Amino acid sequence: MEHYNMNLTLKVWRQKNAQDKGGFETYQVKDISSEMSFLEMFDVLNEQLINEGKEPITFDHDCREGICGACSMHINGQAHGPWAQTTTCQLHMRAYKDGDTIVVEPWRAKAFPVIKDLMVDRRAFDRIIQAGGYISVDTGNAQDANNLPINKDKADESFAAAACIGCGACVASCKNSSAMLFLSAKVAHLALLPQGEPERMSRVTNMVDQMDKEGFGSCTNTEACEAECPKGISVQNIRRLNSEYIRSVFSGDDK
Amino acid sequence: MGITGVSLIAFLCVHCYVNSLVFINVESFNDAAHFLGTNLLMHIAEVGLFAGIILHIVQGLMLTFQNQKMRPVGYEINPGNKSSKWYSRSMGLLGTLILLFLVLHLWHFWGPNRYNQITTGEEISLYDKMQATFSELWVVIVYILGCIALAYHLLHGFWSAFQTLGLSTSKYRPIIRGIGYAFSIIVPFIFIMMPIAFYMHWV
Ligand code: HEM
Ligand code: SF4
Ligand code: FES
Repeated sequence: MEHYNMNLTLKVWRQKNAQDKGGFETYQVKDISSEMSFLEMFDVLNEQLINEGKEPITFDHDCREGICGACSMHINGQAHGPWAQTTTCQLHMRAYKDGDTIVVEPWRAKAFPVIKDLMVDRRAFDRIIQAGGYISVDTGNAQDANNLPINKDKADESFAAAACIGCGACVASCKNSSAMLFLSAKVAHLALLPQGEPERMSRVTNMVDQMDKEGFGSCTNTEACEAECPKGISVQNIRRLNSEYIRSVFSGDDK
Repeated sequence: MGITGVSLIAFLCVHCYVNSLVFINVESFNDAAHFLGTNLLMHIAEVGLFAGIILHIVQGLMLTFQNQKMRPVGYEINPGNKSSKWYSRSMGLLGTLILLFLVLHLWHFWGPNRYNQITTGEEISLYDKMQATFSELWVVIVYILGCIALAYHLLHGFWSAFQTLGLSTSKYRPIIRGIGYAFSIIVPFIFIMMPIAFYMHWV
């Protein structure tokens, strides 16, 4: 692919803290290489702001290789920008051309309050996991491989669900700010395996209760989450979550 | 939402079937309408239908308003149609349009018929009533718009109901989607043809 440089106009959300009202600031960046990642372009901008004696833009990032889910940015109206199944850190500047204007906003959801600038508080997800997204076993020594027979298709489906990196793009893209795709991935990957079986019923009720407490909206099946998920988590997991939930309601098991 | 939605779909099947008899044979339409209008079981079913509609509307509106509150600060630039269909995001609005249409529709047929039954014990001729009602152009237009809103509501709602109930497994999902699309186009189309047929004097 041909390499080129570009000048861009950036409209970025700036907000001092959770209480501040915040607003957009416009910046110009010059000579951005098409081979930079989107976050590297932000590094250049921050370098520039520091040199001008201004406060750099706060944004979340960690792995910068598409696996941690930290880099939450809503770019020109899409979570993680225009590329399908791509996190912001894996979005590269060849997606843009010279003279483009790019609007960057934080995730917007009641359950994800802004901490500063583009960084939001996603601990609501941690609390949902803590409500049941695990299995309680004494691990002991490592077992022999294939000790527990698992169907190949079940294992594959479980693995696909376990690919969720908890980035929150599903919530950010949903018109209802619903966390159903995230929750369904967490429930499905355990429900499909024998290790998840003993706590299957209590897990789903506890996690759904926690999700509702955190102030996420309810799913109306618009499927925007699946379209924007960087890991291609399927809404079929939401189907599974719904049937797990209905089953647990009728099972009469204690929590 | 899912359970009441599926019940309303079932009602639409019956309603659409009976009405389309008008095209085939006016006699059988009157017979069917008479049966639905006087049979005791049907009166019981009618109470259930109204309960279902009201539950569906109340839940639908509550769902819409509660979900709106979950994003207190909105986006400067919204994803629009990039990641989802406009009608899947507009179920509350489409439903409200259907509700407005429903009020007019009940006031045209159901209301006068039941009123007559209570006061005189006689049914009115629904065929004549349709002829009179659909002689006015604005009524025909409102019915067409109402049915278009219904078509889009179902285009999302049919599949969505099965997903909510956990039934759209990988195997059945394409079938449910296919039937959903066909249903959402065919049923409102048959409904739309009625006012048009009466207005144009085809029946
Ligand atoms: C009269 C006023 C109505 C209102 C305000 C209304 C509103 C809504 C809302 C807000 C939803 C939820 C959106 C979603 O889950 O995707 C919905 C779903 C649905 N509606 Fe309606 N609606 C109305 C009438 C109807 C009628 C007449 C039918 C009959 C065919 C119908 C069939 C459905 C179905 C099948 C669903 C999907 C249920 C689900 O996803 O769980 N609605 N409606
Ligand atoms: S389901 Fe997808 S979009 Fe949602 S948190 Fe997991 S990886 Fe991110
Ligand atoms: S920084 Fe880890 S996924 Fe982007």
